[in-house]
Amino acid sequence: MDLSNLTIDAARSAVQDRTTTAVALAEEHYARIQKEDGQIGAFLTLSKERALEQADRMDFMAAEGKPLPPLGGVPVGIKDVMSTRGVRTTAGSKILDKYVPPYDCTAVARMEAAGAVVLGKMNCDEFAMGSSNENSAFRPVRNPRDLNRVPGGSSGGSAAAVAADMAVVTLGSDTGGSVRQPASFCGVVGLMPTYGRVSRYGLIAFASSLDHIGPLAKTVKDAAIVLRTIAGRDPMDSTSADVPVPDYVAELDKPVRGLKLGVAKEYFGEGLDDEVRHAVEGAIDKFNSLGCEIVPVSLPHTPYAVPTYYLIATAEASSNLARYDGVRYSHRARAAKTLSDMYRRSRDQGFGAEVKRRIMLGTYALSAGYYDAYYLKAQKVRTLLTRDFDEAFRKVDAIVTPTSPTAAFRLGEKSNDPLAMYLADIYTVTASLAGIPGISVPCGETREKLPIGLQILGKHFGEATILRVAHAYEQAA
Amino acid sequence: MKVTEQDVAYVADLANLELTAEERTGMLGDLNSILDYVDRLNELDTSDAPPMAQVSDRYGVDESKQCSERFAYASRDDIPEGLRKSLPHEVALENAPDSDGTFFLVPKVIER
Repeated sequence: MDLSNLTIDAARSAVQDRTTTAVALAEEHYARIQKEDGQIGAFLTLSKERALEQADRMDFMAAEGKPLPPLGGVPVGIKDVMSTRGVRTTAGSKILDKYVPPYDCTAVARMEAAGAVVLGKMNCDEFAMGSSNENSAFRPVRNPRDLNRVPGGSSGGSAAAVAADMAVVTLGSDTGGSVRQPASFCGVVGLMPTYGRVSRYGLIAFASSLDHIGPLAKTVKDAAIVLRTIAGRDPMDSTSADVPVPDYVAELDKPVRGLKLGVAKEYFGEGLDDEVRHAVEGAIDKFNSLGCEIVPVSLPHTPYAVPTYYLIATAEASSNLARYDGVRYSHRARAAKTLSDMYRRSRDQGFGAEVKRRIMLGTYALSAGYYDAYYLKAQKVRTLLTRDFDEAFRKVDAIVTPTSPTAAFRLGEKSNDPLAMYLADIYTVTASLAGIPGISVPCGETREKLPIGLQILGKHFGEATILRVAHAYEQAA
Repeated sequence: MKVTEQDVAYVADLANLELTAEERTGMLGDLNSILDYVDRLNELDTSDAPPMAQVSDRYGVDESKQCSERFAYASRDDIPEGLRKSLPHEVALENAPDSDGTFFLVPKVIER
């Protein structure tokens, strides 16, 4: 079967009508991984046994003529920050090198309950901290479009696998742009749902007030199918919202004519690459021709989003990562004489440079004497950033921006300058802080054939609208 | 320079990190450059902005109620059996770097 452009419905139908089998489809993906992933590095662990068991179940159902569930037989990948029972889960870190979770992440369980075949676990920046995937403790991921370029991060493996047809869809996690930015760099669709839309039970925590699980897919429709599958209240996660889940797929074909789309000048300022600007302006013209009304909006606190994000995210990370102490699970340093010595050495050996940097920054921002000046101040600015969106969404249905100020950069280009790397998130962290949903859809290429991403931001729980807008653009482009 | 070498040592201590001499030097430079950058937040007047700790505070909270009652949306009914069944003992110990089959083992805490 031709794996390029293979979507969820095409894969499921082929298994349902016995054109192929789920087992054959999984094996074809493994063959492709075998062939391509040596140079890309998208997978950290393959879960072949689990995949083939599930594929078998789907084939059995199809053979009996039973209707397959929405993801029946569809090969998927899971970012290695989501726990998978019996399958090694590392979070891209040496400290969890040997960790085998005893339970499943809710989002993964829901994917499998819907028939998905989990091929394996996707490479990522260590503890999802990074914008280039160069912070993986195992190996960097390379961009399938240009192997000298990064795939973005932190869900770089999830994006690269979809772009290279090594999985039909994948799950990623987005804390400051970690689904949307790699989607943009690799030329695929990436969705960060509203905070609370998808349960985080079983997601290895980075920054709890900012962590989201979301899909990376070849089409907007596939992203909608996955969201419909994983969204909704989960009693195991008290932050999951008790808000009804609409049929995102059915909503896709509603007309976009008459929708008001906001354009904020703050997203088109200094630092935005000319080719990206041009592509996004082209997309805005396209929306105009589709009958959308383009409305200027102002999000005046945008320039303060990156510093706010890096204080809040690191403060929460310093607290969340305190659990890696070498006692119950995680790497333990040998030959430590005392307990506190064992903690220190284990953490020192287990964590990489960026993780230590963020733990240090976060600990500093929370420490006595600096809490008010840094952490509390950032939380207040977060309120201002959120009010900007509240104000804008009184006038518009969605906001369109570039996903990233540039196309994919080269490996090593920013890896020695943490601040330059943080600024790669400049257009994505705002939505993370406000908790609103955002989607990145491919919107053309640079002269060097590198993908460009268009970001569409929506109101809280407004996924149906941004998916519809993204779908309309995808169909028209 | 906001952060000094002493600060780095103090914070590393709080964070239970050892850090080599080389790492400390790097950390000193990185923390100072990042903190210089985040200082721009002080340009903003936040006197009428309450701190925002959670997005989920924005929906479901019943402002008319007091204390934990306000967050009733986040709670669930107790289920005596099933939902929160603990992991079996041996499963919980499976990932332990060291255990005697009953407890997690760690280096001595108190010298006798």
